[in-house]
Amino acid sequence: MLDLLAGFIQELRAAGLPVSLTENLDAMEAVKHIPLEDRDAFKYALAATLVKSNAHWKAFETVFEVYFSMRGSEYRISEDGDDSGADLAELLQSMMADREAGKGGGMEAMTPEELAEMLYKALMEGDEAMLKALARQAVQRFSGMEPGRPVGGTYYLYRTLRNLDLDGVLDRLMEAEREQADAITPLEERLAKDEFESRIDKLRKEIEAEIRRRLVADRGAEAMAKTLRKPLPEDIDFMHASKDELAALRRAIYPLTRKLAVRLARKRRHGRKGPLDFRNTVRHSLSYGGVPAEPKFRYPRPSKPEIMVIADISGSVAAFARFTLHLVYAISSQFSKVRSFVFIDGIDEVTRYFEGVEDITEAVHRVNTEADVVWVDGHSDYGHAFDVFWERWGKEITTKTSVILLGDARNNYHASQAWVVQEMRKRARHVFWLNPEPKSYWDTGDSIVSEYGTHCDGVFECRNLKQLERFVEHLS
Amino acid sequence: MGERFESVGAVREGLRDVAYLADEGIAGVVYLADRLGKPVLVEGPAGTGKTQLAKSVAEMTGARLIRLQCYEGLDESKALYEWNYKKQLLRIQVERNSATWQEIEDDIFTEDFLLTRPLLEAIRADEPVVLLIDEVDRVEVETEALLLEILSDYQVSVPELGTVVAKQIPLVFLTSNNTRELSEALKRRCLYLHVDYPHLDREKEIVLTRVPDISEHLADQVVRIVRSIRQLELKKHPSVSETLDWARTLVLLGIENVDAEQAKETLHILLKYQSDIAKASKELSVNGA
Repeated sequence: MLDLLAGFIQELRAAGLPVSLTENLDAMEAVKHIPLEDRDAFKYALAATLVKSNAHWKAFETVFEVYFSMRGSEYRISEDGDDSGADLAELLQSMMADREAGKGGGMEAMTPEELAEMLYKALMEGDEAMLKALARQAVQRFSGMEPGRPVGGTYYLYRTLRNLDLDGVLDRLMEAEREQADAITPLEERLAKDEFESRIDKLRKEIEAEIRRRLVADRGAEAMAKTLRKPLPEDIDFMHASKDELAALRRAIYPLTRKLAVRLARKRRHGRKGPLDFRNTVRHSLSYGGVPAEPKFRYPRPSKPEIMVIADISGSVAAFARFTLHLVYAISSQFSKVRSFVFIDGIDEVTRYFEGVEDITEAVHRVNTEADVVWVDGHSDYGHAFDVFWERWGKEITTKTSVILLGDARNNYHASQAWVVQEMRKRARHVFWLNPEPKSYWDTGDSIVSEYGTHCDGVFECRNLKQLERFVEHLS
Repeated sequence: MGERFESVGAVREGLRDVAYLADEGIAGVVYLADRLGKPVLVEGPAGTGKTQLAKSVAEMTGARLIRLQCYEGLDESKALYEWNYKKQLLRIQVERNSATWQEIEDDIFTEDFLLTRPLLEAIRADEPVVLLIDEVDRVEVETEALLLEILSDYQVSVPELGTVVAKQIPLVFLTSNNTRELSEALKRRCLYLHVDYPHLDREKEIVLTRVPDISEHLADQVVRIVRSIRQLELKKHPSVSETLDWARTLVLLGIENVDAEQAKETLHILLKYQSDIAKASKELSVNGA
């Protein structure tokens, strides 16, 4: 048992979880108090002792499943898959009861149409045991797994799902729902849809797990664990995020801004003592018979910086600009003033879109659709945009202003007009440049980030939320 | 090491009896905390019953609940102990002419002049206690160090009194809203529990348990609508406590079957931001296809 645990912990460390020696010992102590046959309790005992952050939970679950998955014969990848799980056999028996018995072999004998019908029924009734059995069956039939094939699990998943046509099933379910009730209100319809979707989602997860189990049986746990790591939301690269990842980013940004705002407010007040507040001290000394036992101090209120954000919103870096604007406005209470400008080859002030708006997502959307940022052809032209900026708004930069420039500085070989940045620096408190490209790409091709960078107080690589957050914290 | 609970199942049963519906994970961690004599760090979104868990465990074990509400600027004198200066000053003034300094010094640093704050209170208690350290993420990193000695060894050093060792190991719960990363040292000493929004069935059970006179049908509808709302991108998702408030409201209004109109009118109980309310009512009234 202890050997098994030691191996498991090594596996967790390999997956990037920081497990210390104390935690390791705790886990060993914990499992002594747990009846081993109770798999769930065993899992929670390990989780409570080894996983100290919710961000790591997913990784833990995956590794746990892979490491402690049953390596029984039923997961053998074979052409004639034999479902020998006793519980499953029973389940199948009971399922077959209403069909004509005697076909033998349970599900294998069913035609694809019958299987689809079973699936539809199971989803309709939310029959979980049945869905489990069906997931297993579907993987066996459709995924086309072959031992030793070096293909990732996603490929098998895709093949399995394609054959099940879950969207079609959902439509059918909704159809039936509508027919059942003569007058279904939109609200009821929506709730029904959410219910079915969550059931289908469960099925999908079950299928994923099934594929994983089989892959483990085929290739061993170590090989699998490495292929299963997904990046945390804060590590997702702005420039190459998929649609799902962007959604995850959007979900992650709000809690993050709240945390950040709390932290910044705290930093502002934290640990500074100003000069002695004489009046207050004397007043408090009265309760000690005139002895000033509790000296009181004045706390300084440091001024908040003014922010000007100038962002490139052309295709490649649009997502990055969006998230940065979002973040800056979400914590705008930490700045005395925030003004924002967006450009491609023309430039436009978009501060008004954000003023008095509750929903920042909405404002960002308006920026993307309404701002007048195209001058010639809609290819980034930093030089021209800066030129116009300086002419129209340059005078409004003061010594309180921090200017933040966002973009990859890919100027399509136009003139750079770097003198504008130089002038900005003379007037402003700070000028920073944030570049969403990895450092190794800077100054390659038409990127001229260094030319601008020489006139900035700092140029930062800003590829993900983590880096963005760090920069903003440094800013105020 | 404690032996308060028989098994994980027993913890669940016990909590159920005091109207707290724990899932497998919550019960498992509480059981382990008792067996290993370690504190539990509870994280999760606001309003999922983190603080309530400590209260319910106290109620279930018949222990006294001692609560330390953390805030920024919390220091030793508010968390651990403080000498009662005023009383000491009076004492010195009374003794001014007669006693020697030695006598006075021996006299004024004794129990009589000690103000125990929650942490010391929990350590010195004779009867069983549950210590709740609420919103521990609000204290500064320096103040966290205060907690470390207590959480690992259940003892406190008071310079004038020596080391105070706990007579019995209290069950300790720390809650955190995750506004900052807690130090590694603190996390290492604790068991970790993440309490998330409950699954549909469990939330329905919670509603049925906590809201008197609610019909099965209405409870079912309530949790389904809440689940739909939680899938939207909102500033603040409805918490369990808000779900309960909403369910109670509907019961008071005598509503048996929620339609979109009624849902929209009472949304402000579930959601706390105007933009969220607008978004949700748009979603609920239009077919979300």
